[in-house]
Formats: sequence, structure tokens, C-alpha cells
Amino acid sequence: MTAWKSGAPLEVLTLGLQGEVFALEAAHVREILDLIPVTGVPNSQPFVGGLINVRGKVLPLADLRLKFGMELRPPTIDTRIVVTEVMIDGDPVIVGIRADKVYEITQVAASDLEETPRIGMRWRPEYIRCIAKRGAEFIVVLDLERIFSRGDARDDAAAPSQRSAA
Amino acid sequence: MSTLDPAAVFRQEAQELLEQLEQALLDLEHAPDDDDLINSAFRALHTVKGSGAMFGFDAVAAFTHHVETAFDLVRKGKVAPSRALIAVGLAAKDHMRLLIETPELAETADGDAILRSLKQIVGGPPASTAVAEAAPEDALESASPEGTSTWRIRFRLARDAMAMGTNPLLLLDELRGLGVATVVARTEGVPALEEMAATECHLAWDVVLTTSQPRTAIEEVFMFVIDDMELSIDAIGRTSEGRRIGEILVDRGDVAQQAVDAAVAAQMPLGTLLVKSGEVSPDTLAAALAEQQHVRTGLGAGASPSALPGNPQGGAKGAAKAVDSIRVPAERLDELMDRVGELVIVQSRLSQVAASSNDVEVKAIAEEIERLAHELRDTTMGVRTVPIGSLFGRFRRLVHDLANELGKRIELVTVGEETELDKTVIERLNDPLIHLIRNAIDHGLEAPEGRAAAGKPAAGRITLTACHAGAEVMVSISDDGRGLDRARIQSRAEDQGLVPPGAKLSDAELFQLIFQPGFSTAKEVTSLSGRGVGMDVVKRAIEGLRGKIDIASTPGEGTRLTLRLPLTLAIIDGLLVRVGTGRYALPLSAVEECVELSAEEDARSRGRSFLNIRGDLVPFLRLRELFQVSEPPDRYQKAVIVSFGGRRVGLVVDQVIGNHQTVIKSLSKLHADVETFAGATILGDGAVALILDIANLVKLGMAYENRFKAAS
Repeated sequence: MTAWKSGAPLEVLTLGLQGEVFALEAAHVREILDLIPVTGVPNSQPFVGGLINVRGKVLPLADLRLKFGMELRPPTIDTRIVVTEVMIDGDPVIVGIRADKVYEITQVAASDLEETPRIGMRWRPEYIRCIAKRGAEFIVVLDLERIFSRGDARDDAAAPSQRSAA
Repeated sequence: MSTLDPAAVFRQEAQELLEQLEQALLDLEHAPDDDDLINSAFRALHTVKGSGAMFGFDAVAAFTHHVETAFDLVRKGKVAPSRALIAVGLAAKDHMRLLIETPELAETADGDAILRSLKQIVGGPPASTAVAEAAPEDALESASPEGTSTWRIRFRLARDAMAMGTNPLLLLDELRGLGVATVVARTEGVPALEEMAATECHLAWDVVLTTSQPRTAIEEVFMFVIDDMELSIDAIGRTSEGRRIGEILVDRGDVAQQAVDAAVAAQMPLGTLLVKSGEVSPDTLAAALAEQQHVRTGLGAGASPSALPGNPQGGAKGAAKAVDSIRVPAERLDELMDRVGELVIVQSRLSQVAASSNDVEVKAIAEEIERLAHELRDTTMGVRTVPIGSLFGRFRRLVHDLANELGKRIELVTVGEETELDKTVIERLNDPLIHLIRNAIDHGLEAPEGRAAAGKPAAGRITLTACHAGAEVMVSISDDGRGLDRARIQSRAEDQGLVPPGAKLSDAELFQLIFQPGFSTAKEVTSLSGRGVGMDVVKRAIEGLRGKIDIASTPGEGTRLTLRLPLTLAIIDGLLVRVGTGRYALPLSAVEECVELSAEEDARSRGRSFLNIRGDLVPFLRLRELFQVSEPPDRYQKAVIVSFGGRRVGLVVDQVIGNHQTVIKSLSKLHADVETFAGATILGDGAVALILDIANLVKLGMAYENRFKAAS
């Protein structure tokens, strides 16, 4: 959890959501897929409003844009699904996460990692594990466990009528 | 399915429990503060003891009782789970396994040594349990370090013994408590009826006892009467296995060797001959025969007739029998089912491709594969599903024994034994149901006097019911006893700090409290219940199956617990429908018929959504509205009439696509809040389709109907 505090570099996958660059800890990531057909789940939380078939397994598909109050644009040729394994309330759950673009897997030196500042953030600080500095850029490293934990699985910014159009 | 041998069932179950115990102990070594691990170990012990006693594995139950007592102290935080304790616990587990699987190899001395070290670590029994457990603890104190030995005890009480307050039955019970005993009453001393004084004791008894206790323990039984009675206690020893009846009679001093030799020479059934010639009385012979039988079948014979079917090589025979069935870990069956599921999906894709192909050979192969896939599916499902009757059958003995033990008369009624359930589900229902039945009998049913006072029939009734209800299987246990005591549960919950004092709780909330770990309203600890384990085990087990427990209870009339289990891990025949662009599967078993929604009905139903199905009004739900579909509806809407629990509801869809082999995939936790779907499946083209939860949709329909009625 606090590996970055111990001085070890953190390996992350960087991805784009609506032009912003976010990072996921690479340890969570299992595979990256091109966009595949998504089945909508009526009356579910829009944030996890879809199901996908990954080689015979039915996985939920989450759209983080709804967690961060972002506009939903239709998919492009760059849209990917990042399959991750996240501990949700004590059990490992495999979840697909939709990304507008996936950049790279990279290492961030511990010295370039900073605690989430309490103020001056556009995103809810509890969803953020830490901030990684790369050159002049700041990348938000997401805390997937917090984002998916049961108490927080609702959408924060989006109106319920907005649903991810697959 | 053939009926299972109960002893074999227990051995299988115990194997799992012992593994659970071992795991918990091993994990405990690294995390000594983990309450869950301590509880897990304790529950395993508790269940081994309970089931052991239930299936007649008395030696196992007796041994486990002491280990359980020690771990109860750990659970209550009175003793720390030290490394030494864990080591002894593991040794105890190995000994329990030996007692269960190869009782003839189990050395009582080893068991006693384990119990002694356990006692050293744990210390004396606490005051609170001392009353209930004093007798076994004493037995533990005086346990001899030798192995088991077999004793012949012959005694005749003084004539006036009963007048002096001695109860021979209690003496016999005490002897039985020491080990495996065969008791034969000898009636030669009984005078003719007119001479008989009813207050005098005319009987004598021969008891053959195989016990781990020393001779002094047997003498202690007769401590208060020993001065005025005839008593002989002789060791028989293991050498007498398979001895002839004549040798036994001579050894017992019942007959002279010459008489036996004479009888052998006469070549007639020896015992009969000796009786005839007046050398021995019929009773004496019966007692000697019983002794022969007792020694021959060995210590564990009464407990496990299948393992020791009357000869010393019984263990080997039992092993040969076990080859008939293979015990397969549940995960492997799950994997097999997954593979079959994938095969069915791929096969339906192949069929689609073949249908649009002109190649006759491809079509033939696709058909062949379709046939094979369906057969494989049916076979695999056949492996997995078992009628629940095989489970219900196991409880007859339990109910019978509990009834005797508690002095209650109980009638067990089972309904719906033919209901088929996944085998893993059935196996995992065993423990919860044992606990629930015990609770119903012990706490639920009143004593006979109580029932008479309440104007109920003397025999209490326990009803086990199973039925398929749409996509769920309901298994319920009901009793006609006193019902749950609201006030007692509430005060108990307040004592334990589970609810704030004076809290106002609904029945449902209050009854759920009995599933809290350590919650017990029983006033005393018995071997049956009152330790506060059980209900939390039940809850965990049922939740592990993704099921729910409902409790309904009426004071004075009884309690009904309903386990609602979803149909997990299975392939069902489904009906595929389309709503907007989404495709959904319904369990075909719930579908009664499909009708077209006439334009007239469609228009009229804006105000009142009811269909007229041959004179019956059936409410219907527009799935388009429920699922907030924005695409324009098809011109001809169809209504699929489904039924659940006797209620019918119509589901209006855009199109009925057709039958579909539906491989049920459960939804992840993230969709646990979506109640209208029971799961998902994968269609021939690889897309995911949701499976409709009929029970919930019908409930929605009913709510709709009620709202409508209230408004009109």
C-alpha cells in the first residue's frame, strides 16, 4: 500500500480520461483489450453500468469518467479496456476499466511521488493514492480500492440519467 | 442416487472439518489474535462432536468434547492460543482422524496423553462449565495410560438394593459411559410370579465392557453398593478375539471343560447342546454369546458397522467399498461445469456458422457436436444434481436421537424430497440444516407438558420442505413449537451490546440478531446447544451459497426458517427475448406462455396494465419502461407470462427470440444492488445477455398491482 513511502519505485500504467492523464498501479493490471461489445445493465450504478465477455468470463465494466464528473464522449479508435483485479471489501474482483487512451507502463521513482494535497484538487482526494511527478507534469495515481469499495460505488458527479453509451 | 451409508457420510464430513481445523490451527500460529480462526477451529470441533455423537462415533465424540472444552476457553479469551496449545491441538486432530478412520489402530493411551497435555496447558475447568462437564473431566483425571481393554463384569445386587435407593439402570448407564458395553440381563434368579416381591431385585447382569478406563474406574461405579453385592470383574483381553463359545463359557467358569468336549463330540450347535444338557442356562448362554459378539466385532463395531463388518479385516473391506464412488473437490466440478458452459457457447456459435454455410460436411459435423455437447451438458449436470431427499434422509436419525435424548416426541415430515439441487449446494446445506433442526427441537419444541398445556398434540412436528421457486430453491424448516421469544432475544442482545437498550426493532431485524456469533439465549450449556455456535455458522454457510435466510415466527405457534438459495453454477434452458437493443434470458421453467399484446390492449393498458388470460387478470410489466429503453418499440409487443410461487405476471418485450442454452454466470459484487437480474450468460455471438430474476420481477408486478388497487 505504502510501497512508495518505503523508497521503492512505483510501477504504474498511465491512461487518458477526457484529456487528463491518470495512472493505475501496474500491480492491479491484468491485461489491456480493445473495445469490445458492452452489454448495458439497466438500473445499475451508471459508473459500473456495463458487462463484457472476456474469454467466457462475464466482467463488469466501469467508467471512471462518471466518478470524476467528466463529459461522456463516444468511443474512438484509441478507446481501450484495462482489465484490473481490485480488492473490493476483502474479496478480489476482476473489473474492466474503460480508458480513452492507454499510454504506457512506467516506473516512477519514490522521490517523485507525493502525498495527495488536501486542497487545490479537482478530484475527490480519497480516490487518489498519490501524485506522481514526471518532468513538468503531474499524474494522479488512482486508489482503485477506494473507488470501488461498496460504500463508494455510487456516482459522485454524474446525474443518474447519464449512462455510458457503448 | 442410492442412499448413503450414514457412517460413510460422517467420515467424509469429518475429513473436511478436520482439514478446516488443521488450517485454522496452522493459521493461528501466525495470527494468534484472529478471532475468526479461533471460531473456525471451535466450530469444526463442535460439529465433529455433534455429528460424531449423532452417527454413533461415541469415542470420537467423547474425545472431541474435551478438546472442544479447551478451545471454548480460548474462544472466551480465558486461555491464549499458545504454540504449545496449537501443537497439542494438531496432535488431537490427528488422533480424531485415527479414531474416525481406523478406530482399531487408535491407541487410547495416545489420546489420553493428548488430553493430559491439553489440560496442563489450559488449566482446570472454569466454574461456569464445571457442572455440566464435571463427570467427563473426572473420567479424564483417572484415565489409565494403557490401551483399551475388555472387561467381563458380572454382578448381582443385594435383594433389598432397590429399597435402599440403588437404581440398577443408572449403574448400567454409568458402565456404558465408560466405553462400549454389551449388557445381558440374567433372569435365572427371578422367582415365579406369585413368589415375586416387586420391590426386590431378582436380576443379575453380565456386562462386557471395552474401555480405556482402569479397573478402578469400573469398581467406582459400584462404590456405594459393593459391600452387599456379588461382583466379579475379569479382564478378557484382546486375545479372545474369535474364540469359540465353548472356550468362553469355560473361561467364564460357567461350564466345565469336559462338558464342552462332550458337546463338541456330539456335533450339534454347541450352545444349544449345553443348554439342553442343563450345563448352562439359556441366559448364561445368551450372555456368553453376547460377549463373543462384542469381542469379535471390536471396539468400534457398534460405531461403524460398515468399517468392521464382523471381522478384523473390516478396514480393508471398507477401503475396497470406497472405490465405488470418488470424492471430487467441488472446485473441480465447478471447473468442469465452466468448461462445459464454454463448450456450449462455442457450439452454438458453430451452429450459427454452419447454418449459413453451404458445406454439407460442416453442417453434419456441427450437428454431431451439438448432440455431443448437449449430452455432455446433461451428464455433467447429472453429476451435480441430486434430489434433496438424500439430505433429508440423513436427518431422520438425528431427530430420532434428539427426541430420545430430550424426552420429546417428534414427528419429522418432509415435503418435496424430489427437488433437485446442485450437489455442492446439498453438501454445504448439511451442516446448516443440522444446526437448524437441533435448534428447532431443542429450543423450538416445548416439553410434552408444555405442549399439553398449550393444547397441542403431544408429538411436536418438524417439517422440512423443499421446492423450486423460479430461479431459486427454497428449503424451509418449520416447527410447531413455542416460537421465538422476542423479549428474551432483545434483552440478550442488549446484554451483549448488540443493540442499544430499549431499541425498537422490527421482527425481521430482531430475529436476524440470533445469527450473531456467540449469541445464545439458552440458559445452560448442553451437548446439544447453548454454546452460541450454530446460528452464525448457518448464516455464513448460506451466505457462502449466495442465499438468504428468512425467519417467521408466531409466539405459541412455531417458527419457520426459510433458506432461499439461488440456482448457482448451472446451465438452464432459457427463453431469449429482446427489449430495445438488449437481449435477456428467462428461465424457461418459469415461462407459462407467450401471447401477443394486441394493439387494443396495448393502448388501453396505459391506464391499467392487466392482461386478460382466459378470464384471469394478469398484471404486466413493460420491461421497456423498467429498463428505461429509449429506442422506439416494435410494432407488435409480446407478453411472456411467467409464474413464481403461484403468482403470474406478464413481461412485455419487443421480440421473443427463442430457446437458449443458458450458462449462468453470476454477477460481480459491483452489481449486487441490481435486483432485477439473477446473473448473466454469453450468447452464441459472444455478447453478454442478462438473466431476468423472475422472483423479483413478480414482486415488482405485485407491488404494481397493489398500488393500482389502492389507487382505484
